Amino acid sequence: MSLITVDNLSVRYGANTVLSHISLAVEPGEIVTIVGPNGSGKTSLLKAIIGATKPWVGNVRLKPGLRIGYVPQSLHIDATLPITVERFMGLTDRVDRQDCAAALEAAGVPDLLKRQMSQLSGGQFQRVLLARALINRPDVLLLDEATQGLDQPGSAAFYQQIEDVRRATGCAILMISHELHVVMSASDRVICLNGHVCCEGTPAVVASAPEYRALFGTGTGGALALYRHDHDHDHDHEHDHSHSHEAAE
Amino acid sequence: MLDDFMTRASLAGVGVAFAAAPLGCFVVWRRMAYFGDATAHAAILGVALSLALQMSIFVGAVAVALIMALTVTLLAGRGYAMDTLLGVLAHSALAFGLVAVSFLSGIRIDLMAYLFGDILAVSRTDLLVIWGGAALVVALIAWRWSPLLTTTLNEELAYASGIDPKREQLILTLALAITVAVAIKVVGVLLIAALLIIPAAAARSLARTPEAMALIAAAIGAVSAVAGLRVAYVFDTPAGPSIVCVAAVLFAGFSAFGWRGRGGA
Repeated sequence: MSLITVDNLSVRYGANTVLSHISLAVEPGEIVTIVGPNGSGKTSLLKAIIGATKPWVGNVRLKPGLRIGYVPQSLHIDATLPITVERFMGLTDRVDRQDCAAALEAAGVPDLLKRQMSQLSGGQFQRVLLARALINRPDVLLLDEATQGLDQPGSAAFYQQIEDVRRATGCAILMISHELHVVMSASDRVICLNGHVCCEGTPAVVASAPEYRALFGTGTGGALALYRHDHDHDHDHEHDHSHSHEAAE
Repeated sequence: MLDDFMTRASLAGVGVAFAAAPLGCFVVWRRMAYFGDATAHAAILGVALSLALQMSIFVGAVAVALIMALTVTLLAGRGYAMDTLLGVLAHSALAFGLVAVSFLSGIRIDLMAYLFGDILAVSRTDLLVIWGGAALVVALIAWRWSPLLTTTLNEELAYASGIDPKREQLILTLALAITVAVAIKVVGVLLIAALLIIPAAAARSLARTPEAMALIAAAIGAVSAVAGLRVAYVFDTPAGPSIVCVAAVLFAGFSAFGWRGRGGA
């Protein structure tokens, strides 16, 4: 079975529907990217997958025994909480020092073991988060805007790292991003989200979809805009945000 | 040995310090300082109810402190800022408690003993309750240490690791209620929060890991209790406040030392 199966999921906060009728699946070893504008429910979807948000309708099924490596959007460590990188790496499971050092090495930040988390730079911090998520050999890695606060070379290097991880470990990756051109090229499959699944497919297919271009404009398509595909799904949906597909046509 | 009131007082103080230290660390890390205050102030209402219903003060205080803590958790994020909510609940619980005490005309109680503690009057039974409660709190926190720490760092990280942050919060709340109830006799309702926060804060500048901070806080709390009692004995000062004063002096000393040691960072 798929690692993660989301079946007809709707999520509500109060009277506000943030996700409606989402269905998707993540298969072993693939890189799936979710793109969408602010408020499109990207983070809510990820939260529903890890169980932090209860579905209103539908459900999320995880493969039994699935190991999830999670890299949060931001992680604020209170100044009153002393914690070394080594201790942070073993936060949820005991790990020995060698595994810990190896994971940091693989994430491109060796020699940080004894440093305080609060002393790391933004790039080092994100890489330590990634190393921690990878240390227990997850079946799937979930990343929520994991490059926030990094500059462009920094985030490009970070995504390169993620591809390397997939190549080395074969773990599936589901990530959220709004850095479209960087992310799209590194993905096997892109899901364009705006409260519902607008369109999905290979990066090329999504980049040329009218729904996608309505949300992000035509400029982001770049070379990918060469590809066209016929898009005929029905866009008559019941929730209250509206986006005009005609704008970009 | 337990016939000596000073020995009993020291043991009581050390017992409370051991429970308060690891819990105090979480209170500091999670910025729950006022939560501790509110729970403690509510306990005075628990004391009044216990006396009226002629039941154990420990049970009454735990029950009311727990109800208070759960109410705060439930009401949080419903239109009022947390500090406003805690201010309203803490002080009204204290006021209702004081008014309730005044209705207890048949019973003579020394209110000061509950507001400021009466550690020198600790009995063998009290000691049993304090050490029993402290052991329970320490065991609870040691058992849930890793999930509690993960939840404190990031709730989504906790969910992704199969931890339920709401459950961990509840455990912390329960531990807080028990600690408050056992500490009433030692430092009183008004100074319990000090015993939670000051040793943990003092330990911060000396620690490199969360575990070290909890252990150092326990040591600082225990030293404060013993030294504070000594100060109270020599200078004839009130015991509970003297303990808190020693802890405060240690905090000031270690913080200054810590800043110097880190080159002002």
